[in-house]
Amino acid sequence: MASRIVTFNLNGRDVEVMVKPLTTLQTVLREHLRLTATKSGCRQGGCGSCTVLVNGEPVLSCLLPVEDVAGQTVVTLEGITPVEGLHPIQQAFFDNYAIQCGYCSPGMIMVIKALLDRNPNPTRQEVMDAIAGNVCRCTGYESILRAAEDAARRLQTV
Amino acid sequence: MAKLRGTGIAAVNYPTGMNLGGDPSQALIHATTTGTFVISLSSTDLGQGLKTVIAQIGAEALGVPFEKVLIDTADTDTGPHCMGTFASRATHRVGNAVIMAAKEARKVMLEVAAEELEASPDDLDTDGQGNIYVKGSPERKIDITSVALAAHFKYGRSISGRGMYIKPKSPVDPETGKMDPDSTEAHACMVAEVEVDTETGEVTVLSLKSAYEVGRQVNPALVREQIIGGAFMGMAHALYETTAPYYPSPDHAPGNFSEYILPGPHELPRIESVVLEYPSVNGPYGVKGVGEMTANAPIPAIINAVSNAIGVRLTEFPITPEKVLRALERSPKMKQLTQASA
Ligand code: FES
Ligand code: FES
Repeated sequence: MASRIVTFNLNGRDVEVMVKPLTTLQTVLREHLRLTATKSGCRQGGCGSCTVLVNGEPVLSCLLPVEDVAGQTVVTLEGITPVEGLHPIQQAFFDNYAIQCGYCSPGMIMVIKALLDRNPNPTRQEVMDAIAGNVCRCTGYESILRAAEDAARRLQTV
Repeated sequence: MAKLRGTGIAAVNYPTGMNLGGDPSQALIHATTTGTFVISLSSTDLGQGLKTVIAQIGAEALGVPFEKVLIDTADTDTGPHCMGTFASRATHRVGNAVIMAAKEARKVMLEVAAEELEASPDDLDTDGQGNIYVKGSPERKIDITSVALAAHFKYGRSISGRGMYIKPKSPVDPETGKMDPDSTEAHACMVAEVEVDTETGEVTVLSLKSAYEVGRQVNPALVREQIIGGAFMGMAHALYETTAPYYPSPDHAPGNFSEYILPGPHELPRIESVVLEYPSVNGPYGVKGVGEMTANAPIPAIINAVSNAIGVRLTEFPITPEKVLRALERSPKMKQLTQASA
């Protein structure tokens, strides 16, 4: 099948990509645009490491044909990382030892960003529910829960 | 239907590294022109924090600030030899190699500083803040950037050092089998509390409480995170993880990641731990090792706790709900419960 041109807003800029049908957003981000913060753990919806925000909602980019985001707004970890320093959620991960191998971190941070955007003061249960689709094989989740709660506090005082 | 509670205990005696063939690691240190000390290694940091603890050990042994140390683990093809990151060996083996390399590099650093300060190298010391000073007159000092510049551009010297650690292979006594199989041993004890749902066969781990004796902790925060992450992974092994969960045929085994069952944040038990430090005689600053052992203790502790809860000895893990339900059929506790309710 012929390639198509898809346009969408990525991290605040309009981008245009030429793709074969059913090319995933993950492949476009990592391989066409070389934005590799979005990870590729399983490519079948089972790990959450590829999570990005589409119109503010967390979405598994490995399951999403890029044509489906035509005209929409996509934000990846690169998009929330300031030029200098770190986003408060990144800083909270750093300060709470919530990063070991780091493979889950981009997905975790995007899911927590989406949670805190709509619920600035979540309970621990709400944080657990939010990250339930994201696998971490290193930390045992405790430091990630701590980091999310710490990030909520930081964002409220910003 | 009932919820049965049980408690189980496990103890661990964990030998650091392997020693049957020596298990060596090497390290090279050199100062850049501006006095950054690069420690080259082939040992990999897989998230446990090896680069951090080795930089701490290197900084201490060199006498320079932590920020002046750079760990380079870029390429195992070109780096100095290391057996690898496994068996909780890296801090112990690599740390020892780094201390040896640091001694050699520090000696050159002090010799160059001695030229600059017109003093004897024996009269010099580092302040850990990036300066070298004359003992007894701390105002006579020079910063390490100036020392490195002088070494490179004035004296044509390399501030560098080589380090290696190998434990000699222990021979086995052919009569008795006696040998010295390891270099140091860490210890742990864990108590698990569980709740078993007799209707579904599901096991909930309520708490994992432990004491770890790991020798000197280079970085207590990293040790704590290893213990928590390991406790969770051990729980996953005890109750969930297997590539062949379905009886009776392997055709029913999971074919991909999404079908492999793992616990998630909702299964996180209460994890408490205390750490004891009895320094080892041959580790860097008394280090033993913590890492792999943290995932070991939870498995027998949880299995013992489930056995205690249901009154039937379980011998195969992971303890899936199916195994629990089958065991409950022969459980004397269950008999009592059904008789009491009849
Ligand atoms: S890579 Fe998308 S869920 Fe694993
Ligand atoms: S930090 Fe390694 S998977 Fe989460």
